[in-house]
Amino acid sequence: MSVRVQSEPFDPGKELSDFSRTVSGAGAIVTFTGVVRDEDGTLDHMVIEHYPAMTGPAIEAIEKEATNRWHLQASLIIHRFGTMSPGDQIMMVATASRHRAHAFAAAEFLMDYLKSRAPFWKKEFSADGASWVTAKDEDEDALKRW
Amino acid sequence: MIDVVYFAWVRERIGLPKETLDTSAQTVMELVEELKAREERYSLAFADISALRVAVDQELSAFDASLKGVREVAFFPPMTGG
Repeated sequence: MSVRVQSEPFDPGKELSDFSRTVSGAGAIVTFTGVVRDEDGTLDHMVIEHYPAMTGPAIEAIEKEATNRWHLQASLIIHRFGTMSPGDQIMMVATASRHRAHAFAAAEFLMDYLKSRAPFWKKEFSADGASWVTAKDEDEDALKRW
Repeated sequence: MIDVVYFAWVRERIGLPKETLDTSAQTVMELVEELKAREERYSLAFADISALRVAVDQELSAFDASLKGVREVAFFPPMTGG
């Protein structure tokens, strides 16, 4: 189980191959990579702020919950903060399990919780100015299915 | 003494990321009321607490949470990770 919060970019392909090497006997590996949208070409860049003292513990608690609910051999969560441009990777989740159902479900659970319970805030900068991304009701509702 | 930290637009509206306060507030809500009474930038930031979230010692909490023994309180809008 591994959690990384970093400003540096990462290479999802390399992360996947490194992750794959650490899991033996996993018949299924699921990954999700979150990428900065260009918002139809209007977005110049995005800045992600976080709460350093809380971010690590909050993500670790979410990861622990996933491990309690599904049979996971391993999981990996990488989440960036700082300045990012359209097309840049923001975050990545990888889960490894004997069977795909657990790997998929755990990855979706991690994504839903990271969105609404990990202390990150996105600010978008475009030619029109800057604005904080607001949380959506559907993101909060997504937690109820777990 | 208690550290109070702010993030995202709450930080921008109040105009600072962190401050250390000498407070007699017993709960988060009492602390909010105390801050609102200080200056307009606080009353603006805390005008609608349903738009805010609070963490007490880095744990997401309710506004009626006790501040007994607490070292740090954080105010921020709903999180937008992922």
